[in-house]
Amino acid sequence: MADLNVNIGELKLKNPVMTASGTFGYGEEFEDFVDLARIGSIIVKGTTLHKREGNPYPRMAETPSGMLNAVGLQNKGVKYFADHIYPRIKDVQTDIIVNVSGSAIEDYVETAEIINELDKISAIELNISCPNVKQGGMAFGISAKGAEEVTKAVRAVYDKTLIVKLSPNVTDITEIALAVEYAGANSISLINTLLGMAIDAERRHPLLSTITGGLSGPAVKPIALRMVWQVANVVKVPVIGMGGIMNWKDAVEFMLAGASAVQIGTANFIDPSVTAKVVDGIDDYLNRHGYKSVQEIIGALEV
Amino acid sequence: MKKFILDLTVTQNARLNDNYVLLKLTHSSPLPEMLPGQFAELRVDGSSTTFLRRPISINFVDQKANELWFLIQIVGDGTKHLAELRVGDILNVVLPLGNSFSMPDSASSKVLLVGGGVGTAPMLYLGEQLALKGIKPTFLLGARSKKDLLQLDQFEIYGDLYTTTEDGTHGEKGYVTQHSVLNSSDFDQIYTCGPKPMMMAVAKYAKSKNITCEVSLENTMACGIGACLCCVEDTDEGNVCVCKEGPVFNINKLLWQI
Repeated sequence: MADLNVNIGELKLKNPVMTASGTFGYGEEFEDFVDLARIGSIIVKGTTLHKREGNPYPRMAETPSGMLNAVGLQNKGVKYFADHIYPRIKDVQTDIIVNVSGSAIEDYVETAEIINELDKISAIELNISCPNVKQGGMAFGISAKGAEEVTKAVRAVYDKTLIVKLSPNVTDITEIALAVEYAGANSISLINTLLGMAIDAERRHPLLSTITGGLSGPAVKPIALRMVWQVANVVKVPVIGMGGIMNWKDAVEFMLAGASAVQIGTANFIDPSVTAKVVDGIDDYLNRHGYKSVQEIIGALEV
Repeated sequence: MKKFILDLTVTQNARLNDNYVLLKLTHSSPLPEMLPGQFAELRVDGSSTTFLRRPISINFVDQKANELWFLIQIVGDGTKHLAELRVGDILNVVLPLGNSFSMPDSASSKVLLVGGGVGTAPMLYLGEQLALKGIKPTFLLGARSKKDLLQLDQFEIYGDLYTTTEDGTHGEKGYVTQHSVLNSSDFDQIYTCGPKPMMMAVAKYAKSKNITCEVSLENTMACGIGACLCCVEDTDEGNVCVCKEGPVFNINKLLWQI
């Protein structure tokens, strides 16, 4: 077995396979299907300062090789998380990361301060890229200035590893990546969903209550791979790649493009045990190619 | 209840009419316990346009034969592929998912099971489970036409069967909520599954008569295990996942305008 350890800032992950926020609940939903201790890190559902009901139904539309969602960050708020959910999940034998979202800088800061007090939470993933909330969210992630401001503000109050999750719905993602790196991010994860749309021709009606929503799944993989490659080439901090990863081979491709770790998202809906299979598949690949450590393949693309 | 990912083997695929097949499947080891009202997520292989699993309700569990039945309505490409499965093929399923219909407290309860279209599917397993508890259910099944009424011989094994068709080719002509059995009997509990307008009409009837009523919803879903939060229904506790908190809801929890 090859050495699968990777470093994300101060964080030492047992392997590079993480779960993407909003696709793995709080991990508990998957306990019947996969040994959570085998996963490199679990990133839990997007958390906001106050409770959010999310968007009205319908929130999902299946599309070719993917799906659109318009969940809109439904969650019970950070205090509920800290008081009720954290005690249930804190002893899971893997690193737990909380994805933090907001609609104003003060909301992000206040949420991060509460998460900072939770010992067993290893890191925050700052979501400045959710396309499904009217105010904020993606608004911070689509300008370098906005991305820098919110990252800097959270950095000032949060002591542990800070990952910033970027939106692909921008003209130049490297500009945003450099801005958040400058503002103190320890790592950059990408991509969040691509803004998309689906229509029911017979009823002449949009399929989502919000009309537009976030596209995920294998349909977005080539775009995600390209963006990870672009960002990994300009930043010094570790990059976490995601977007349509369905199996170990997809994961290895992201790592070759420069990702230090990967997140599995939509694939969890089709195979709830996929994460452990990706870990095994990466290990097999490393052994087959004679690599002693997974770190040897990070950015090892030959061009 | 513990959930499983299983590779089941097709033992029978019976074409019931132009739009429906009945799939029977088995497994090398005993099937896990499943409750009436629960469902499974079926993986669709070989369809270029189908990405997600398809949620299908448990139609029947034949414990003696270690067989699980799915009644599948061909709606789009995903269900078309499922309908083309042949004996010996493998079908990957995640089950059992969701909550279940609640069993009446008393064996002397008079229960009515109302199904429409593919919504009749969970009523068969529920009817059998009620019969095992000594409760003889009354089934009221509705369809457009005689050819759309399915598994009638199966339903007759477990209870009294009444039907309505929109064209009058079987049973009483009209909708289920117009059937005379609703006037001639007093029920203690109603269970229903089918098109939303039908369930709303049944719920309205139940509410007017002060009868306990449970409905089974089929909101569009992705994961089926409460992770993606796509299939929500607005309830007295806010948005909840139909796949996890449901699919069965007491009508008093829903915010339906009835």
